[in-house]
Amino acid sequence: MEIMMIVYIGVLFTVGTYMILTNVILRIILGIILLSHGAHLLLLTMSGLGETSPPLLGENAISYADPLPQALILTAIVINFGVTAFLLVLGYRTYQEHQTDNLEELRGSSDE
Amino acid sequence: MNNLIIAPILLPMILGSILILFTQKIHIQRILAALTAIALLFVSFYLAYVVYLSPDQIITLELGSWPAPFGIVLVADMFASLMVILASLIGLVCLFFAFKTIIHERQKYYFYPFYFFLLTGVNGAFLTGDLFNLFVFFEVMLISSYVLIVFGGTAYQLRESFKYVVINIFSSILFIVAIAYIYGITGSLNLADIAVKVAVLEQQGVINVIAILLLIVFGLKGALFPLYFWLPKSYYGPPSAIAALFGGLLTKVGIYAIIRVFTLIFTHNPEFTHNVILIIAGLTMFFGVLGAVSQFNFKRILSYHIISQVGYMVMGLGIYTPLAVAGAIYYITHHIIVKSALFLFAGVTQKLTGTYELNEMGGVIKSYPWLGWLFFITALSLAGIPPLSGFFSKFALIIAGIQEEQYFIVFVSLLVGLLTLYSMMKIFNNVFWGEEQYLDEKTTVKNANWLLIPIVPLVLLTITLGLAAEPIFQYSLGIAEQILEPSNYINSVLNEY
Repeated sequence: MEIMMIVYIGVLFTVGTYMILTNVILRIILGIILLSHGAHLLLLTMSGLGETSPPLLGENAISYADPLPQALILTAIVINFGVTAFLLVLGYRTYQEHQTDNLEELRGSSDE
Repeated sequence: MNNLIIAPILLPMILGSILILFTQKIHIQRILAALTAIALLFVSFYLAYVVYLSPDQIITLELGSWPAPFGIVLVADMFASLMVILASLIGLVCLFFAFKTIIHERQKYYFYPFYFFLLTGVNGAFLTGDLFNLFVFFEVMLISSYVLIVFGGTAYQLRESFKYVVINIFSSILFIVAIAYIYGITGSLNLADIAVKVAVLEQQGVINVIAILLLIVFGLKGALFPLYFWLPKSYYGPPSAIAALFGGLLTKVGIYAIIRVFTLIFTHNPEFTHNVILIIAGLTMFFGVLGAVSQFNFKRILSYHIISQVGYMVMGLGIYTPLAVAGAIYYITHHIIVKSALFLFAGVTQKLTGTYELNEMGGVIKSYPWLGWLFFITALSLAGIPPLSGFFSKFALIIAGIQEEQYFIVFVSLLVGLLTLYSMMKIFNNVFWGEEQYLDEKTTVKNANWLLIPIVPLVLLTITLGLAAEPIFQYSLGIAEQILEPSNYINSVLNEY
């Protein structure tokens, strides 16, 4: 299971990197989203996926999954959600102001 | 256990939340903000005093009373408390400058709440003792900085801020990856606990990879070579009060994290990690100052100087002796004060002349002598002329470098100091001396001397830091000896069962 997850994370990172290197604002934002998904899954996988048991430590639990990475991912997902929403608005405003979503035209020269 | 530690985080956070309710009432916002900023400064001084008098000079707070490796722990040692003082000081000064310079209508768009949320994130990043909590406070700080850096919403700001935001989100993603690796290897996120486990595991292979990955993450936030390309353009956009806050504080949070991590956790293989840091420091200094020499724009020159001076701080860490680290800490203190003052000077001259371009200004000193001479003192301090604070901090670094026989980096740092002096004199000659060019008639400032009032304390501080170099340097040396001995930190955090 871990091997499958690692391969999947690698695919997410690859596609995300490709999207970031394109020159359209919306694609870059999508690439950021994919990369962050990859990072969150990596956080889950690196700590061991554990057994099929829940992350609860009862009185007589035989086995339990590690609850900490799940808490970490929850935090990271919420943060990322907020930042991505802000980034979408910022990208839209940039497009409105400059009438282009092509980053080659948004490059800007050094002498202005 | 001491609840005082959380005060520098709670104060700005609560105030920022309250100010959201008063966005339309600027006067109430200003009064509340000013009072809180002053209170924050006193609280941070009191915190430093308590830390200084405590037995190990480290105090900790376990949040929710969870014992140390399991819960989040806040740690205030002497280094963290010094940084909190500096953050509160710059926060207060830039706030008073913002009262006078930022357009009234714009102040209604949640300027003050985000200003204080930024301070929350900065203070939290200084005080936390947990890696994931550091990530969270970084995000609090960065989200506020995203809002403040597009504050005003000009076309230029939108264009450059988009890049700034994307780069910072990318570095946060790398941070999550680094946290994942560390958690996979050590099974802990508490900095002290990680330090213990890395010492047991012997630092090689994967742990070195993680060390360099964290260096990349914090280097992106702290503008180290070759990751500084976003900084000059981004910091050119926002209003001067915000640019001064960013130039003083934001990159230094990254540098603080580098110093914390490489003096506490990754200390077992210095011939690899610290040599990498030393090489990066030299390149950062050199390329940053070359950018400053090539520019002809007040604010851009200052932005490039941020980069070159970040190199000095990291150089102190790379040499890795108590004297060098003390020099780096002294340098951080000096740099935060002086750099913010210079950005505020840029704001004042822009208000008077309506431009940042050096070629379009001239002879300002005839009409505004105070402005000119105060800038002159600050510029000399930045370049490192005795008896100002810049000289003594560089002096300590260079002595430490010669003692360790790192002659090349010493040569680079002296050369960079010379080029710094050249570029600061370029500003002084073009802006303040020469033919008096016409001042902007549309200027909204009736009397520029009022704008100087927030800056005067910073100039007095740089003079004081230079004249009282001995006690300040002893204090820095105490901090350096404390952070170079990780067992202090580890015992204080983990022995509170």
